[in-house]
Amino acid sequence: MSASVSRIREPLVLGNKSYHQITEDLVGPTEKTPDRMWVIAFILSVSLFAYGMFALIWTFYFGIGSWNLNRTIGWGYDITNFVWWIGIGHAGTLISAILLLFRQRWRTGVNRAAEAMTIFAVMCAGLFPATHTGRPWFDFFMFPYPNTRGPLWVNFNSPLLWDLFAISTYFTVSLLFWYTGLVPDFASVRDRAKGIRKKIYAFVSMGWTGAAKHWQRHEYLSLVLAGIATPLVLSVHTIVSFDFATAVVPGWHTTIFPPYFVAGAIFSGFAMVQTLMVITRKAFRLQEYITVNHIESMNKVILVTGTMVGSAYLIELFIAWYSGYIYEQFAFYNRVLGPYFWAYIGMMGCNLLSPQVFWSKKIRRSVFWTFLMSIFVNIGMWFERFVIIATTLAKDFLPSSWSYYWPSWVEIGIYLGTIGLFFTLYLIFARVAPVVAIAEVKHILKQYGDQYLGPNAKEHHQEQSEKAH
Amino acid sequence: MKSHSKKVLFGLYNDEEELMAAISGAKSKHLNIMDVYSPFPIHGMEKILGLEESRLHIVGFIFGMIGTLTAFLGMTWIFTSDWPTIFGGKPYFSLPAFVPIIFELTVLFSAIAMTVVFYIVCGLGFGVDNPILDDRITDDKFCLAFQTNDLSGTDVSNIKKFLKESGAAEIHEKEV
Repeated sequence: MSASVSRIREPLVLGNKSYHQITEDLVGPTEKTPDRMWVIAFILSVSLFAYGMFALIWTFYFGIGSWNLNRTIGWGYDITNFVWWIGIGHAGTLISAILLLFRQRWRTGVNRAAEAMTIFAVMCAGLFPATHTGRPWFDFFMFPYPNTRGPLWVNFNSPLLWDLFAISTYFTVSLLFWYTGLVPDFASVRDRAKGIRKKIYAFVSMGWTGAAKHWQRHEYLSLVLAGIATPLVLSVHTIVSFDFATAVVPGWHTTIFPPYFVAGAIFSGFAMVQTLMVITRKAFRLQEYITVNHIESMNKVILVTGTMVGSAYLIELFIAWYSGYIYEQFAFYNRVLGPYFWAYIGMMGCNLLSPQVFWSKKIRRSVFWTFLMSIFVNIGMWFERFVIIATTLAKDFLPSSWSYYWPSWVEIGIYLGTIGLFFTLYLIFARVAPVVAIAEVKHILKQYGDQYLGPNAKEHHQEQSEKAH
Repeated sequence: MKSHSKKVLFGLYNDEEELMAAISGAKSKHLNIMDVYSPFPIHGMEKILGLEESRLHIVGFIFGMIGTLTAFLGMTWIFTSDWPTIFGGKPYFSLPAFVPIIFELTVLFSAIAMTVVFYIVCGLGFGVDNPILDDRITDDKFCLAFQTNDLSGTDVSNIKKFLKESGAAEIHEKEV
């Protein structure tokens, strides 16, 4: 096996699991009929989604005028929610790519669900700019393709187009990464299934046999994909921040935006992972795979990134004052003490102050606090995007056009609809695929299982293979 | 695809360390291993089995470069000769503004090509129906397989003996 693990480390797989027991526990949920909680959650999610579709069709029928955007405030709920969802979509690839390169083994417990979450969140995010164009049936104009208009090309110098490329690439690469990881686990499901289920899983597992050469290439592919996905993750939210930072709008035109957006994305992504994992581990009884150690590790990431984001808020304020540029100073004065002061308080309270409770180990390891904090962070990060977009646009250079923005029921409906879509997709995913990566958990069992590591270790793992050569 | 069926003799082990020892044993006895199947990747096995290092990264590099060139040359041609346009008073050829898309296409081309090539060289894909020696190989069994089509009776019984001695929990023969 690979390098032995320090005895000080805490085990990541509890319950003295055998390989077979891992398969039972993780494939099991896909083989049972859903329980009542799942059905209720599913009905709720689908209803929300249906309401969102209604609001969306309303928008298409009556036009963007059904939103409360106006001449001064051209971006409102749509772009706020777009950035919020994209941010949430950052945890999955961060966990699977960056933590793979850093050899953080706790990722094995949560990477599969986090990657699924990434893909669903990016789908929700994509809906907003696609609708925001006003005539979504012409959205294909955004892609550069030879056309009969000259050919007249898209503007490759525009951050909005960079965004299109970044997000399409991110979605594609995340999907490939996720699905390639799922193939061996689908094979595990296939080999236990019968009848029509066996046929379906045989199709989706692509004829996986577990041959040595295939595993070797599979690992290699994961590693190289992780290597190129790492700068990709960082690039996506950097480019999202360019949407703002390259505009000559005071309050947006700052060089701190890329790192601050990336930290914020990781922060909100981990919060959403926590929200989902706390529920999933309870619902599917996966406490022995997604342990308190996993939760604590993620809370540490939340604490670090939350503090980074909070520092960025303070630096922004300082630089606004220090720049001596009155428009920048006004933008920030308006942000803190203007008509949207409540959003600023929500942002500061949820993002900078609330994660500080995670300095306490007891709270870091408490499932209740984790869940509560994850909700706070989700709300706080939503406020952050709202603060950046709405407050900045509401009071522009021309006082006569100052305005105040509040969403219409249609905009709120679309937002709720994406939440419904997200949870609908996640609930379906949790039914049809193993939510924890089976092969990866088996792979780390002999190093991180509680029978090999920690206070209850009974068996001392013989490093046989290392002696062999 | 295959014209004739393969006769496979295989042993199932309960633990990857037994399997590793068995592979070393088979190598030292010069038995011709057909393949090894396991529920998860086992590190160090490729050395004992003598598998070559994967060359997937070369595919990734070549297609990544194709992506880089596609984006760079494409945008350059479009903005300098096909339809020159001035945006914000910048030159037609404004390289810094091309960087984000060049980077994204590099990653995109490289990731798609590597994944597609991975499935092609492994012979995997939607609808592929590879023979499965035992349903428990994706669960908790580790399988060492030998092809016995061209082997004499004594060779086959030798392999059987070897499998038994190396600690295989079960030994089966199967035609696939």
